[in-house]
Amino acid sequence: MLLRILANALQVLVVLLLSPLVAGVLDRLKEIIQSKRGPSVLQPYRDLWKLFHKDEVLSDRSSWLFRATPYVVFVTPIFVTLLIPVLTNYPLFLAFMADMVGVGFVLALGGFFATLGAVDTGNPYGPMGASRTRMVAFLAEPVFVIVFFTVSFVAGSTIPYIVQAHWALSAAIFLSPTHVLLMAAFFLLILAEGGRIPVDSPTGHVELAMIDESKSLEYSGTGAALMKWGGYMKLLVLMCVFLNVLVTPWGLASGQTLSAVALAIPFVALKVLILILALVVVESSLAKLRLFRISEFLGAAFVTCVAAMITQLFKV
Amino acid sequence: MSATTVTSTLASLNSLVGGLFLLTAFAMVATRQTRGCLQLFIAQSLLLAASAFLLGAEYHTPHLYGVGIVDLISKPILVPWILNRTLTREVYAKREIDQVLNIPTSLLIALAFAVFAYFLTRPLLDAVAPQFRGANVPIGFAALLLGAYTLAVRREAVPMLLGILAMENGAFFVGILLARDLPFIIELAVASDGLIMVFVVGILVRKIQHRLGSTRIGELATLREGSASPPSPLPHDGSIAPERQNPKAV
Repeated sequence: MLLRILANALQVLVVLLLSPLVAGVLDRLKEIIQSKRGPSVLQPYRDLWKLFHKDEVLSDRSSWLFRATPYVVFVTPIFVTLLIPVLTNYPLFLAFMADMVGVGFVLALGGFFATLGAVDTGNPYGPMGASRTRMVAFLAEPVFVIVFFTVSFVAGSTIPYIVQAHWALSAAIFLSPTHVLLMAAFFLLILAEGGRIPVDSPTGHVELAMIDESKSLEYSGTGAALMKWGGYMKLLVLMCVFLNVLVTPWGLASGQTLSAVALAIPFVALKVLILILALVVVESSLAKLRLFRISEFLGAAFVTCVAAMITQLFKV
Repeated sequence: MSATTVTSTLASLNSLVGGLFLLTAFAMVATRQTRGCLQLFIAQSLLLAASAFLLGAEYHTPHLYGVGIVDLISKPILVPWILNRTLTREVYAKREIDQVLNIPTSLLIALAFAVFAYFLTRPLLDAVAPQFRGANVPIGFAALLLGAYTLAVRREAVPMLLGILAMENGAFFVGILLARDLPFIIELAVASDGLIMVFVVGILVRKIQHRLGSTRIGELATLREGSASPPSPLPHDGSIAPERQNPKAV
């Protein structure tokens, strides 16, 4: 019992403390591939440290929503961490509280509050970015839902731990067309939901072209730090769902000791690094899509995951 | 024991190839760029060859290796080479492909085609060994239908040509599993036919582009009246030919 609590705490700590590093490595590698030097991989930590020590400025026109939003955005990825396999391949005790649909809902709650917070202020760019994020989100929603349907159809459950065990069962299941198409669809979904390049430019500084970034323009000090940190954690959590549940269900701790769980950290870090490399290649070789082309991008993701479902449905 | 594991590994690798094949077929419907379309076609042909080799290893038929080798030489190498030789750079420089329907609608229709292919091939699957049922037959059929669909909605010459070739890919993808012992001469004939078709269409497209300055098939809606004059900037009588005057006239 104590061990499970410790393992759970370790899981949360890994996501909490390593997510800025993931963002730092991603930025650094991207700069290197574009033959620049780039900031240190520790830059996100420094940013967070700096922001936490600054004063916060709040608009007197804003309501409690604006003040509550950073905390919601910060806390929702931590909740999700309790539900998904980050380090262990056996369920920890909160794992059966919610399934992958629940994971989607909890993450969407953070997005919902971020949108409300952005609309709450007088800044004209906030509502603009908020409505764009909603557009991307409602196009991504059917993809999410079909991915979950297909997963539950294949594995007989939507609890992440059971799904993950199902893919690891045999090579025939792992290499089936359904699984390949699901992985492709989910990868496109991560690009859209994480605000990565074909959909949104995470490093852009032009307010008019922003999608995700402009929602946190009004925040300063602690609020800005929490929004940023929440964003980093959301990306890492999505990566963990993608890697540990769908793509590589191996390398997680199966032993019930704390050292076994701690030993899983380098394996997971390696997998995340490989995914970061894939993201860097995608981000450096593609251009940002025009706003109304996003529906094509997510339409492709939708078709891919529906195709995954029908290959499973008509399996003889 | 080891024989069955080899069989199951080959079968699962083949189904992986099938999944990627379907993905390329969808991507060919979704892509907007001529060059992207060509690259997807090359990837699809490579997957077809991979599937032929895997099935050849499974059924111990050297014939399927032959199919794989012919495919590997003709489609990913010779087709792009011929197209590059006959067409100018301008054809590839265009990023946007003209289409009758927009891409999200096309994708949904493509999806309906895929479902239809699965329904259609259901009776055929009895002839197939159980471990290969998921991949080749329905997915190849879907690729065939999607190729035909590309042919119908695209208005650019080169992607239309690639649509025909993708149809052929799909038909072969079904064929290498259903008709494993077809005479080899047929494969050779089909492959050389395909190359000749690429060559002829390539020259045709070059002429069209030379004449109209674009390769939009959709604009070729009017016939020029009178004698078949050689291509020249001005017709014999000095008047302006109808299609020059108004290329968009129907």
